[in-house]
Amino acid sequence: MSTPEPLLEVEQLRVEFETRAGIVHALNDVSFSIAKGETLGIVGESGSGKSVTAQAVMGLVDLPGRICGGDMRWRGRSLLGREGQRYGRSIRGKEVAMVFQDPMTSLNPLLTIGTQLCEVTERHLGLTRAQARGRAEELLAAVGISAPARRLGQHPHELSGGMRQRVMIAMAIACEPKLLIADEPTTALDVTIQAQILELIAELQQKLGLAVILITHDLGVVAGLCHRVAVMYAGRIVESADADALFTHPAHPYTQGLLRSTPSLDVVEERLASIEGTPPSLLDPPPGCPFRPRCPVAFHRCLEMPPMAPVIAGGEAACWWAMERALPENAFLGTAD
Amino acid sequence: MGSFILRRLWQGLLVVLGVTLTVFVVTRVFGDPVSLMLPLTATAEQRAAFAHEIGLDRPLLVQFLGFMRDLVALDFGNSLWQRRPAIEVVFERLPNTLLLIVAGLGFAILASIPLGIIAALRPGGIVDRLTVSLGLIGLSMPQFWVGLLFIVIFAVQLKLLPTSGMGTPAHLILPALTLGLTPLARLTLLVRSSMIDELNQQYIKAARAKGLGLSRILGVHALRNVLISFLTLTGWELISILAGYTVVVETVFAWPGLGLTAMQAIQRGDLFLMQAIVFSIAFLIVLINIALDIAFKMIDPRINLN
Repeated sequence: MSTPEPLLEVEQLRVEFETRAGIVHALNDVSFSIAKGETLGIVGESGSGKSVTAQAVMGLVDLPGRICGGDMRWRGRSLLGREGQRYGRSIRGKEVAMVFQDPMTSLNPLLTIGTQLCEVTERHLGLTRAQARGRAEELLAAVGISAPARRLGQHPHELSGGMRQRVMIAMAIACEPKLLIADEPTTALDVTIQAQILELIAELQQKLGLAVILITHDLGVVAGLCHRVAVMYAGRIVESADADALFTHPAHPYTQGLLRSTPSLDVVEERLASIEGTPPSLLDPPPGCPFRPRCPVAFHRCLEMPPMAPVIAGGEAACWWAMERALPENAFLGTAD
Repeated sequence: MGSFILRRLWQGLLVVLGVTLTVFVVTRVFGDPVSLMLPLTATAEQRAAFAHEIGLDRPLLVQFLGFMRDLVALDFGNSLWQRRPAIEVVFERLPNTLLLIVAGLGFAILASIPLGIIAALRPGGIVDRLTVSLGLIGLSMPQFWVGLLFIVIFAVQLKLLPTSGMGTPAHLILPALTLGLTPLARLTLLVRSSMIDELNQQYIKAARAKGLGLSRILGVHALRNVLISFLTLTGWELISILAGYTVVVETVFAWPGLGLTAMQAIQRGDLFLMQAIVFSIAFLIVLINIALDIAFKMIDPRINLN
């Protein structure tokens, strides 16, 4: 696949949270990029830094958190620094939009759906109230909400969870953004609704040529929708590859563990495999590879932080063990020292 | 909304009825208006004559019905002290009290919202800590003392403002400030803490992700949610001012309002005037509560009356 000019590039991004107990290293050297029309899945367990990544891109990292290193560029222009922050404010909500995890709490309970939809287009596209209401009706219809004109006057509590998430999506696509960040968009919904929402996102992506960053802990969702996948662990991207390659040939032991612990219809198992242990504390991470304490194949080399390096199936992984298998001529790496 | 207002008015009417009954029972059944209003030296004949004159020798039920009938006509009897209808005195003094309250509480409301918001923008910052400390000091100072302090500083020492009485707008400043200081402190602390809560809500993050401006996020998204608790406390402040604090401030500044009149009516044993004042205040409080409930419903459509 040729690589068109990336929309969003994130490079060596570091985010820290200062707490009473010390500094929490929420993101460590996170790098990825996404191009027009592409779908990137970011997976990982709770606390792995998926949501912080999304929040950093949306400029939502609040004190005590701060971006303390690296860069984010939107169409080549940095989003950091004084100038970059101003640029960021002009594109967020317009060119980059976000759908949040919990539609129950992400809509303001006291404002009507209409007000919350209209304010986006009024701000970014300079529409008048009347134009904005017309646009809002179109948007609600586009996300599959019946009787859109009537919904505009309703408050969030009058809508079901699935409907609210549709409203959130309508809001996100109001200005025809180029990138949609969906942070666990289906986690808070019923299973039947989940599929509908994901279908909706896929459909909108086709229609609008959206790039989508889909943040989830559900590998099944990733498999169905994403072109590329980045696996996060302890605030780092530990593996990134095309979705097909990742599912057939996971390189990083953590990815392998994740896949093993995902139920499948093809294989009958008595018990689901799980990864032993818990993720490390981000307050005081162990030296070297963060997965080392739980890794079944860890060796002495893992006391040193592995860099991202190409692996057999075509992606990249931050793992000495995977690197060795990818480059047999480098086998000395494992036995050095 | 219409049926909501109707139901709320009906409930209010019941409360007013309850107040009426209470006032009646307390003054006629537990108290003895005759010995309260006549001098101690009055003879038994004089007492009986007076009781007959104001209708106390009739059966209780007849008295109550008569009392209710007079109430509807706003006839509370003549003030013994001022020798004219009690309700006339109330109507004359009430506007002064309302002016004082509007000025004092209005100042508190207008100042507390921006102060609270500014403090909430950086919790733990210098502005925040200063606001909280000043707020606590403001809360801890009793109004009679603050009033006297203001008089000493601004009227006696600096000679900037009149000490007491009513007349020019300058007369209003010190009593209104004194009355507004405690509510200002309490409301500011409330705006600050609820604003901090609101700003951490998910929908505020969502609003920011939509790229909205700070003023829209604060003024529309967050403030509207703060408004519910703010209005609740404001209503409570208004009621406690009406039902008590004006008495203190009006007495300190010799402000010719209903509070001062209430003090004087009690001192002079003027039962009918007292009744008129208590009833008017109770009626106002019921009205305020109804207005608040309607305002709540307008702000938050999820609220209902069950």
